[in-house]
Amino acid sequence: MDALLDAVMTAFSLILTMDADLVEIAGLSLNVSLTALLIASLIGLPLGSLLAMARFPGRRVLIIVLNALMGMPPVVIGLLVYILLSRSGPFGVFGLLFSPTAMIIAQVLLVVPIIASLSRQVMEELWREYHEQFRSLGVGPWRTVRALIWDGRFSLLTAELAGFGRAIAEVGAVMIVGGNIDHVTRVMTTAIALEVSKGDLALALGLGLVLILLSLATSLAGYLVKEFGERRYGA
Amino acid sequence: MFCRALTILGGLFLALNAQIAIAAEFITVASTTSTQNSGLFDHILPAFTEKTGIEVRVVAVGTGAAIKLAKNGDADVLFVHHKPSEEQFVAEGYGVERFDVMYNDFIIVGPKADPAGIKGMTDVTAALAQVADQGAAFASRGDDSGTHKKELGLWKEAGVDPTASSGNWYNETGSGMGATLNVAAAKDAYALSDRGTWLSFKNRGTLGIQVAGDTRLFNQYGVILVNPDRHGHVKVAESQAFIDWLRSDEGQALIDGFTINGEKLFNANAQ
Repeated sequence: MDALLDAVMTAFSLILTMDADLVEIAGLSLNVSLTALLIASLIGLPLGSLLAMARFPGRRVLIIVLNALMGMPPVVIGLLVYILLSRSGPFGVFGLLFSPTAMIIAQVLLVVPIIASLSRQVMEELWREYHEQFRSLGVGPWRTVRALIWDGRFSLLTAELAGFGRAIAEVGAVMIVGGNIDHVTRVMTTAIALEVSKGDLALALGLGLVLILLSLATSLAGYLVKEFGERRYGA
Repeated sequence: MFCRALTILGGLFLALNAQIAIAAEFITVASTTSTQNSGLFDHILPAFTEKTGIEVRVVAVGTGAAIKLAKNGDADVLFVHHKPSEEQFVAEGYGVERFDVMYNDFIIVGPKADPAGIKGMTDVTAALAQVADQGAAFASRGDDSGTHKKELGLWKEAGVDPTASSGNWYNETGSGMGATLNVAAAKDAYALSDRGTWLSFKNRGTLGIQVAGDTRLFNQYGVILVNPDRHGHVKVAESQAFIDWLRSDEGQALIDGFTINGEKLFNANAQ
């Protein structure tokens, strides 16, 4: 119980004093994960739409593979990206290992399957509902995708939140490809892992509470957008 | 509206990323969890960076993993603590030359109850043999780190094969020093630790130092420049400056001056 109390106190004092290290670490966490989410959405949403609307050989296999990849352990993705970006690997010449860019790459790989799989489900339902209309109106495929994404935007928000949750919460991949370097690649989760290994459980849990608050704030923002949006534009 | 929001967000991230990517002069040092967890780097690195403008990026993993990183060319400097592996690293042509930097010692920590009755013993292998005899819980790193290699060497000298009892009284955590101490504290187990990590470790439970002072518990740290002949991108000048500084009077004095609660963690001994 004491440890829990300590952790809560630590979390509050970190937040109230706007601890410089905490702000930097939390900022990098948000920056890396939101950038990864943005890129993953640019890949995942079109991919999900394609899977929902088009029929091509290998489509079912791709859907199953994407669903399976949603459960891919981050540490495996981390290892894969390490091998690719290592100086001894195929992309070693770019010197990207142990940089925020490497962390973004790893998180994009983690998030794309979630965005693609969940958006496929949303889009499939919309497509089933509207495709006769679109076809009879002679709307082109690109405009159809745009219209469907726009129509399903509030449901797609859930996919985005799930993707963001996966990115901000994972430690296995960013630890390997980022290296948890102070002031360079240290994010919330790797900082927590470090404090645990120092035996400073109160600080670790305090940081954990801050991370939970960050997630809550993001989720609340998503919820508000959805609520107000639906009220204004209709569900 | 949606598209505009995306554009704004995108711009924001680009701006933020640009801020992160300010091209600073930096070197990457592959080092061990013991040096990072103890807080040594936080203590000494700012002085070096201020003097030379070179930022030192430390990736802290076990000695075995650090050596692999350096072999792959993913670090400019290797700063670890297992002399035989370090000498092999140089002999195989991965490193230029190995230099002593500092030392401290290993200790055996254990629960207050001391089920194996080893408290105060000065013969470390006899103590380990007694732990094995009693089947008292022991937490091992099990991660190919310098401390793990040291521990395996001591077991061998003690004439015990602990891995035969793995999962029984011998627990291989496969993780860092701090994580292993967390396990030892929770399971009331013995563990071999470097003194630096122990001194800065907070979650001790009833753990305390049981065995120390045996000359075989000596723990030497060495630094090696990764061979630029093998990895052309190694930042030789900056890395050499760092190695020279570590071995200089200024660097050595800073290492000697690092204490926690009045206890010195590392003794500088560069030649």
